[in-house]
Amino acid sequence: MNELTTLVDWSRAQFALTAIYHWLFVPLTLGLGVIVAIMETLYYRTRDEKWLATTKFWMTLFGVNFAIGVATGIILEFEFGTNWSNYSWFVGDIFGAPLAIDGILAFFMESTFIAVMFFGWKKVSPKFHLASTWLTAIGASLSALWILVANAWMQYPTGCEFNPATMRNEMVSFWQVALSPMALSKFFHTVLSAWTLGGVFVVGVCAWMLLRKRNVEHCHRSLKVGAWVGVIGIVLTCITGDSSAVTVAKYQPMKLAAMEGLYQGSAKQSIVAAGIINPAKTATNDEKPYLFHISIPYGLSFLATHNPNALVPGIRDIIDGVSYDEDGNFVNTVSYAERMQKGKQLQELLAQYDVARRAGNQMAVDTLHKAINADFKYFGYGYLDTPEEAVPNVSLTFYTFHFMVTIGGYLVAFLLIALLLAYRPALLKDKLSCWWYWLCIITIPLTYLCSASGWIVAEVGRQPWTIQDLMPNKVAISDLSAGYVQLTFWIFAVLFTALLIADVSIICKQISKKSLTDLNKAE
Amino acid sequence: MNANETLRGNNWWQKVLYFYVDGFKSMTVGRTLWAIIILKIIIFFLIVKLAFFPDFLNSVAGNDEEKADYVRHEMGVDRK
Repeated sequence: MNELTTLVDWSRAQFALTAIYHWLFVPLTLGLGVIVAIMETLYYRTRDEKWLATTKFWMTLFGVNFAIGVATGIILEFEFGTNWSNYSWFVGDIFGAPLAIDGILAFFMESTFIAVMFFGWKKVSPKFHLASTWLTAIGASLSALWILVANAWMQYPTGCEFNPATMRNEMVSFWQVALSPMALSKFFHTVLSAWTLGGVFVVGVCAWMLLRKRNVEHCHRSLKVGAWVGVIGIVLTCITGDSSAVTVAKYQPMKLAAMEGLYQGSAKQSIVAAGIINPAKTATNDEKPYLFHISIPYGLSFLATHNPNALVPGIRDIIDGVSYDEDGNFVNTVSYAERMQKGKQLQELLAQYDVARRAGNQMAVDTLHKAINADFKYFGYGYLDTPEEAVPNVSLTFYTFHFMVTIGGYLVAFLLIALLLAYRPALLKDKLSCWWYWLCIITIPLTYLCSASGWIVAEVGRQPWTIQDLMPNKVAISDLSAGYVQLTFWIFAVLFTALLIADVSIICKQISKKSLTDLNKAE
Repeated sequence: MNANETLRGNNWWQKVLYFYVDGFKSMTVGRTLWAIIILKIIIFFLIVKLAFFPDFLNSVAGNDEEKADYVRHEMGVDRK
């Protein structure tokens, strides 16, 4: 068991490492793509050469990030085939279909038009070039859509039916998979948060140049676009974050409880604005859940259901089989002990199905097939040793969630001030401007951390599941040695760190170089 | 940004080809980036994928039926 636990841990660590590094490149591509497209639109409408220089400057940074980031996601697919082979087989075409659409449609669309974007300035008409820039930005978002659809299915498996003969889930409704509430909320929340990051990046880079009193006019132009995209992005991110919380409360109540460190829920449940989790607290003891906390009355009930009086179940409640309906009324659900029992029965039925199938007993096969699918939603629980095994890492989920929300709140204020100062730069006094510019620069890594925290909440908060309720990690992984996974973990750590260093250094070089040449010519 | 440079080539395929050839020739930063992309692809596909990331199920099973049986066994739901 120790060996297996180590293998699960290393497999998860490896996937987390590659996913987090990949995600460092993606949001800037999504956000900056839209910003560049808006800037080129302004050039197209005004035919002002200064907007052209500004567009080309940000397009170069977009290109650097795109080039360094491209194909970093492919590593995740390598890992599916090698480290998560049981999972890859089990999900069948459900995971494959969105990824294939991503590869064929979105990626090729993005790749085709990015060539026109960079090579076509004097080769194609301005209108076609502008269309190509927008299509590159849209292609990047479409690419994200299909990846997020696949991820959302792992959080909320829908539109599928399990085939016990092939041991695979088969898609019965593409649209149920593609348009599931989880997929939609995840897509909009993720892409809009990328707009925020793009806006913050532009504001931060401009601040760096203004600190050195370089390209002032270019910066003021860029700041207006960056701040507007950032403000729109963060406001919509907050709105979609709210709908994400409702979706999580409905389909992953355990994750919501872990996000709040809530063990015993209640009606009119308050939300923790700030707090320190008691590390001694578990689902099975009576320790206090927090060492310190400040709560907002009714907050969690309202966040989860938009009804301030609704009951929100805690971790212990969910394990014991307590939840609430759509109107926020207290209802009983199937306890985790019962789910485990049903899961183990399903395993037995599958074994019987296997025997009947091999014996050619079609009547038994049909009967068992129906029985298996009737309760299949509890299948994964059969692999748990205790109900408490289904509780995610509460501390990590709690702190990353609260960090994300705190930085999100800060970003609302920051970007509104940035927007104000973009139009009223005179409000900044000399001494104050220095502080403000440094704050803008520091906000770039803060926003990246905020974005990564969101993903940690989404993924750690649903542990131990690879596929929610159907497949825990310990069943999803391949029978490899932990040492083998450790080796590849460190290979990726070195490779991705090198790529990150290359990305940051080339971008910094471009910011310095461009600020002295092309932009000055235009101005 | 006027389309003041016509696309070289006599037919559509040539125009596309020269569009890319001319584009690559005129690159500055792009050359470094393409060097990184090519190096990265070589490392990812020719070293990392081939040496460390074989398709696990292909290495333990020959066809889909055998793969299903293998996964069934791994998940503990095969014949008992």
